[in-house]
Amino acid sequence: MLTQYIFWFLTFLAIFSAIGMIFSRNPVYSVLSLIITFFAIAGHYFLLNAQFLGAVHIIVYAGAIMVLFLYVIMMLNLNNLQEDRKSFIAKALAAISGGVLLLVLVSGLRDAEVKNITAVPGSENNGLVENIGQVLFREYLLPFELASILFLGSMVGAVYLSKKSNA
Amino acid sequence: MELIPGINIQHYLLLSAILFALGTFGIMYRRNAIIMFMCVELMLNAVNVALVAFSKMWGNTDGQIMVFFIMVVAAAEVAVGLAILMMMYRNIHTTNTDALNRMKW
Repeated sequence: MLTQYIFWFLTFLAIFSAIGMIFSRNPVYSVLSLIITFFAIAGHYFLLNAQFLGAVHIIVYAGAIMVLFLYVIMMLNLNNLQEDRKSFIAKALAAISGGVLLLVLVSGLRDAEVKNITAVPGSENNGLVENIGQVLFREYLLPFELASILFLGSMVGAVYLSKKSNA
Repeated sequence: MELIPGINIQHYLLLSAILFALGTFGIMYRRNAIIMFMCVELMLNAVNVALVAFSKMWGNTDGQIMVFFIMVVAAAEVAVGLAILMMMYRNIHTTNTDALNRMKW
């Protein structure tokens, strides 16, 4: 089955580039690995018939957010940063607690499958711009407008914080 | 039930859980504030994958709207967070979080 192979390919791509993001020494390589992870996740969205979200994910994350990260790294000239001075104990504790969290999540979600669900007929078109827009501007109009206020606030905050002399 | 042929909801939940745990591990493992920030983005995306899979499972659009708003909040968060990081770099000339052990510089 082709879609099955695509699923496993995207899954391993996402997981291994996330691991590469955590372990690479150079922050620029971390950003590039995270961009690969985001493209794999966008591929998952396309597989799940969420075409609008896949496109928005590529535009917002790969196009805007990660470029902002790269810009800050290059502006602060961080690509030759000093070694992480962390004790072996701290790293081992991080690995243990991350693993325990994974164990809890997997054991909690293992029985999450609900039997005998039949998806609403015609729901494979749910992810198109037309249907998303219908729901977004009818039922979720107030949160949509509040999001613009949130953006205004964050814009003012970012400009104020990065001013030269705000002491 | 199968979301796409051969793949059911458990596979997507497992992927989401692995990505979330990797993000948590990364935050505790690294000391560089920028990498820690990227790990937060990874955790947000792990939750988004689970929400889109549930939306497909029920044939309902609400999960996708939720993911849309999570993306909106993440974009605002990145703008403010990177401004704070630049402030931090300007004041203590490093992005290593171990250097932030005083309330005032």
